[in-house]
Amino acid sequence: MSAIIKIENLKREFVVGSETVRALKGVSFEINKGEFVSIMGTSGSGKSTMLNILGCLDKPTSGEYYIDGIEVSRLSKDELAFVRNRKIGFVFQSYNLLPRTSAVEQVELPLLYNKEVSSKERRERAIYALEQVGLKERLWHTPNQMSGGQQQRVAIARAIVNDPVILLADEATGNLDTRTSYEIMSLFQELHQKGKSIVFVTHEPDIAVFTSRTVMLRDGRVTKDEKVETKSAQAALESLPASSDYN
Amino acid sequence: MNFSNLFKIAYQAILRNKTRSLLTMLGVIIGISSVIAMVSLGQSSTLNINEEISTMGTNLIMVMRKNQNRGGVNLGNSNTQSLTVKDCEAIKTKCKNISYVSPMVSGSGQLVRGSNNWPGSIQGGSADILTIRKYTIEHGTMFTEDDIKEYKKVCLIGSTVAENLFPDGKNPVGEEIRFGSIPFKVIGVLASKGENQMGQDQDDIVFAPYSTVMKRILATQYVHMIYASAASENVADEAVNEITSVLRASHKITNPDDDDFDVRTQAEMLQMMSSVTGFLTVLLAAIASISLIVGGIGIMNIMYVTVTERTKEIGLRTAIGARSRDIMFQFLLESAMLSLVGGIIGIIVGLIISYAATQLLNWPFVISGTAVIISFIVCAATGIFFGWYPAKKAANLDPINALRYE
Repeated sequence: MSAIIKIENLKREFVVGSETVRALKGVSFEINKGEFVSIMGTSGSGKSTMLNILGCLDKPTSGEYYIDGIEVSRLSKDELAFVRNRKIGFVFQSYNLLPRTSAVEQVELPLLYNKEVSSKERRERAIYALEQVGLKERLWHTPNQMSGGQQQRVAIARAIVNDPVILLADEATGNLDTRTSYEIMSLFQELHQKGKSIVFVTHEPDIAVFTSRTVMLRDGRVTKDEKVETKSAQAALESLPASSDYN
Repeated sequence: MNFSNLFKIAYQAILRNKTRSLLTMLGVIIGISSVIAMVSLGQSSTLNINEEISTMGTNLIMVMRKNQNRGGVNLGNSNTQSLTVKDCEAIKTKCKNISYVSPMVSGSGQLVRGSNNWPGSIQGGSADILTIRKYTIEHGTMFTEDDIKEYKKVCLIGSTVAENLFPDGKNPVGEEIRFGSIPFKVIGVLASKGENQMGQDQDDIVFAPYSTVMKRILATQYVHMIYASAASENVADEAVNEITSVLRASHKITNPDDDDFDVRTQAEMLQMMSSVTGFLTVLLAAIASISLIVGGIGIMNIMYVTVTERTKEIGLRTAIGARSRDIMFQFLLESAMLSLVGGIIGIIVGLIISYAATQLLNWPFVISGTAVIISFIVCAATGIFFGWYPAKKAANLDPINALRYE
């Protein structure tokens, strides 16, 4: 298996006033194609900084970061934008959908910044991505006509529409109730089954159990990196009581 | 990133906020429409004045007496005795570009009829005077050459004089009025002409044969001025030259500096009025452009708010691969589109306003092509100029902070 992501001795320092804060103190790991990795840690562990660097929104102070064979730590801002557009798909905790915009147009958005995609292909790919997340019937709904789970599905469709080498999810179930969280995790597992590589950042252990590997961060260092037995989100969903209302 | 995609992104963003976009445009709409309306109304009024002066007769030529200088003291022209009835006859016979000519003498005094009286001046002219001064008769007839020869005490009165001397509404024709102590028989009433451009009442007038006025009122051999009418507007300049040479010959003047008369045309008057209205147009346009600047600042204001409000959107766009230049162009394009669409609406509204106003005022309607083109350019420039700073701010946002912004 080839490494999609390879980071070596990654350090990130912030200067706050006269003090230097070391958010990442030399982190190394690899993620292979087709892996479903959760990055765990409490707040202040450096997992947000890790995610920003993995997502090419931030550059490391030192160390090396390869994504799909490209060394990104020395790329210019515009080249980073290109990498984000072609290689990465983002899913956020708060969905980050545009208001008053239909699902299809939301999903088309990343392709609007890719001039190699014609408007016809753009529409086809957006509809295909929405079908993959089970929103075939809601192509023209706007965010305020959808539930939180549906909105997150639109966001996932937007993340996969450019066929990225890695899907980065930042607390993607953080705003959802247990049942919907399991549904979303089930969708991620489905995408993983189809061969997608996924990095899932979370602080909830009961969400991390649905992934196949856990990287634990603490105070800017990796404290644990192990393969775990993947629990089926579909099974967890079925084991939930049919209704939790007052009984 | 190609341009049509950017265009799509920008207009989608505008359509997402219809009400706000419309309110933003309102500033530009008001600014542009007032510039357009002011400039075209200014031009309409210039055209209107020109037309009115033409109806007064651009072919009207006035021969005035020259100011008198005695021992370095300028005595004005009221006592100059240089123009005579003979001069009139000479002009009539010798100048081929002159179609009508009339001497003019005037005296002022109180007009009396029964218990009513009115201060007025009596103008003595020939039978041509009405044609030259563009008056028409409403009731009655004009005096004749015979009336002039016989020093007949007959007169025609303007509608203002008629109203004041005949408040009972009686037809003045055939009635007798007195000018001071001299009785005149009213033989005609003139059709109303209203006020002239200077605001003078053109209906406050009495016309009588010049011979009568000269002999019975003023007791003079000289005339005050000579009115003439060029055969057409185009030959007005030649007519002036003809009159000048005829008068020099009959007054035996060889050096132009010794002229004892002045020849003036209505064209000079026209020029003066045009320069006044031209200045007014510029002034109005300048005031209106201030509202355009205010409109532009409105756009900047909204774009600023928009950038702050859409911080998350900007963060998202950056995360999915927009370069800062794409973000910059998106916001610039949004403000340019807002101001251009606003400008187009403003041009249409401005033209409608000026059309309505010209119809109401009965002025000619003019579309100022220059104003339309300049407004359009100013609009585009306004959008880009006032959109630049907010767009720059949007482009420089840190995507990490932008995504976390609440």
